[in-house]
Amino acid sequence: MSSERKIRVLIAKPGLDGHDRGAKVIARAFRDAGFEVIYTGLRQTPEMIVSAAIQEDVDAIGLSCLSGAHMHLFPKVMELLKAKGVEDILVFGGGTIPDEDISKLKACGVAQVYTPGASTQDAIAFVRENLTRK
Amino acid sequence: MTFDPEELKRLEQEKARWEQQTLGSHLERAPERSDPFTTVSGKAIRRLYTPLDVPNLDYQEDLGFPGEYPFTRGVQPTMYRGRFWTMRQYSGFGSAEETNRRYRYLLEQGQMGLSVAFHLPTLMGYDSDHPMAAGEVGKCGAAIDSLQDMEVLLRGLPLDKVTTSMTITSTAAVAWAMYIAVCEQMGIAYDRIGGTLQNDILKEYIAQKEYIFPLQPSIRLVTDTIVFGSRHFPKWNTISISGYHIREAGATALQELAFTIADGITYVEEGIRAGLDVDEFAPRLSFFWDIHNDLFEEIAKFRAARRMWARLMRERFKAKSPRSWILRTHSQTAGVSLTAQQPYVNIARVALQALAGVLGGTQSLHTNSMDEAYALPTQEAVTIALRTQQVIAHETGVTNTVDPLAGSYFVEALTNEMEEGALEYLRRIQELGGMVRAIELGFPQQEIANSAYAYQRAVEREEKVIVGVNRFVDEREQRPIPILSIDEALQQQQVERLALLRKSRDKDRWNRAMDALRAAALGNDPWGKDLLMPKILEAVKAYATVGEIIGLLREVWGEYTELNII
Repeated sequence: MSSERKIRVLIAKPGLDGHDRGAKVIARAFRDAGFEVIYTGLRQTPEMIVSAAIQEDVDAIGLSCLSGAHMHLFPKVMELLKAKGVEDILVFGGGTIPDEDISKLKACGVAQVYTPGASTQDAIAFVRENLTRK
Repeated sequence: MTFDPEELKRLEQEKARWEQQTLGSHLERAPERSDPFTTVSGKAIRRLYTPLDVPNLDYQEDLGFPGEYPFTRGVQPTMYRGRFWTMRQYSGFGSAEETNRRYRYLLEQGQMGLSVAFHLPTLMGYDSDHPMAAGEVGKCGAAIDSLQDMEVLLRGLPLDKVTTSMTITSTAAVAWAMYIAVCEQMGIAYDRIGGTLQNDILKEYIAQKEYIFPLQPSIRLVTDTIVFGSRHFPKWNTISISGYHIREAGATALQELAFTIADGITYVEEGIRAGLDVDEFAPRLSFFWDIHNDLFEEIAKFRAARRMWARLMRERFKAKSPRSWILRTHSQTAGVSLTAQQPYVNIARVALQALAGVLGGTQSLHTNSMDEAYALPTQEAVTIALRTQQVIAHETGVTNTVDPLAGSYFVEALTNEMEEGALEYLRRIQELGGMVRAIELGFPQQEIANSAYAYQRAVEREEKVIVGVNRFVDEREQRPIPILSIDEALQQQQVERLALLRKSRDKDRWNRAMDALRAAALGNDPWGKDLLMPKILEAVKAYATVGEIIGLLREVWGEYTELNII
């Protein structure tokens, strides 16, 4: 019998934003797809998210932000991960995020960014294919 | 007036004959599409509606005349033949100065009322210099830290002529106090200040999640504003009981209706518990609905809501004034229905949703802008959204008669089913011990999360078609629309403004005001003589900031921690 470790994903809501529909839907979709999902709940600082990710030993982090503060919060998470020497966690994000910000977020290490209308199945496939942790 | 039972029996036979003779052979030759015929909320819709679907419809009892009980046909006798709904675009971004310019522009373009969007730190009770505000300043609304900012926001606006809606809840009392203080500076008497405070804290725990304090002190603060308003502000709606955010979070139309009415019931009960007569405050309760894609489902929801509320207020709460029976509502097209793909198509979605709101009989309307799946709207996008309302008002002719869809077997059947379904939810909530208890148990939150997930799955399985998303996808698509961006320097400006304010204000007055507020918050005589609102008003006038006032209340009352439901 295979006792393969499930892929662990942290779904996180950084900042003051309370729009949690997307985060919850994505959390549930990952869970239904066989992932181990940890949902942080609302109003997390980047520090709290990074420390949860390390403590929970996750393979991927999904950041959700619909307040427009993504350009501050997402890079901050990347920066803190780097400072902690964690460079093998796959980070992806979603929210109301303009195209020109998406390229900037990718440049600072966010692997993929999803906007309204994105499919949960695409996100799941992306995470499976792009995991960097062995 | 009802249908004659003999007639109905004959009709039933005729319908059976039609099904056999005409429909049967037609279906053999030309079967129906295989799509599920359901509303956007997943409710099954029949092929054909006839009087057999509304056999007990009693015109006088169930519909009545507009402006009269049970208000199914509308809250005014002439509806839009008298005056149009208030075209009220919710807006606010960046600094108070920028938002003030947008308000002046919108009024010049024919907008009829103001609607203030505050940035998240204000909504959550943090000043712009708080660490939690980092990156959020001015992003999803105007940065308002103190009365000083509010003075700039409202500078030169005709507050004696237009009404103002403020979309703010946990910190609503503070924003209202600031608005009152500015009106005082302008010399406008309390009884001439008109507007609406969102102030619906229950929906925050259920859906929007901008809660701060635990449930009980939060409800106390809301009730405090209702009592204060009923004493001094006859033209102010102290609460806008909101289905909008419940729907946006994933609820079906039916759940939106049911949970919102359940919240309304709670506020009425609290007002009565605070010692008010129901007719003293019920006329100032207002509502706020979402308008999603399904035209008839939305129209039915509006009509059912008015009838349910009228019946509840008259029968359950024994309100005597017809004004207490009336459900007046603002409405807004569904932000969640807008797509990032092919964004110009959103203009069509918004127009159809707005049409449903008008056919449903709304008193006030916000139309979303096509670019809102990306960011706050640009001025061009907002102008198209406002023009959409003007087209409906002036060009389509739907405003020429009152409640034009009444008597449609389909619309009346849907209206009945909407009311029956919502009453069933109300019974379940009652069994759980009322809405506050239901929220503590996570009941509405879980129902909404389930609906949101079911909807997403239906879209991904293509059981629901969304143009440009899962059908008619344009692979070559470029997204050429302009996007509003907020100046990152704003945060620093607000921080400097706050530092200056804290240095220059009258410290003794500030101290006295904050001490008095603390004593009132600690006091356990909430609705007696010692209301919080006058204390908050004085603190605001002493230029205490939002963060200071809410910070003090946080110390006294603590913070809410939510159940993590996915």
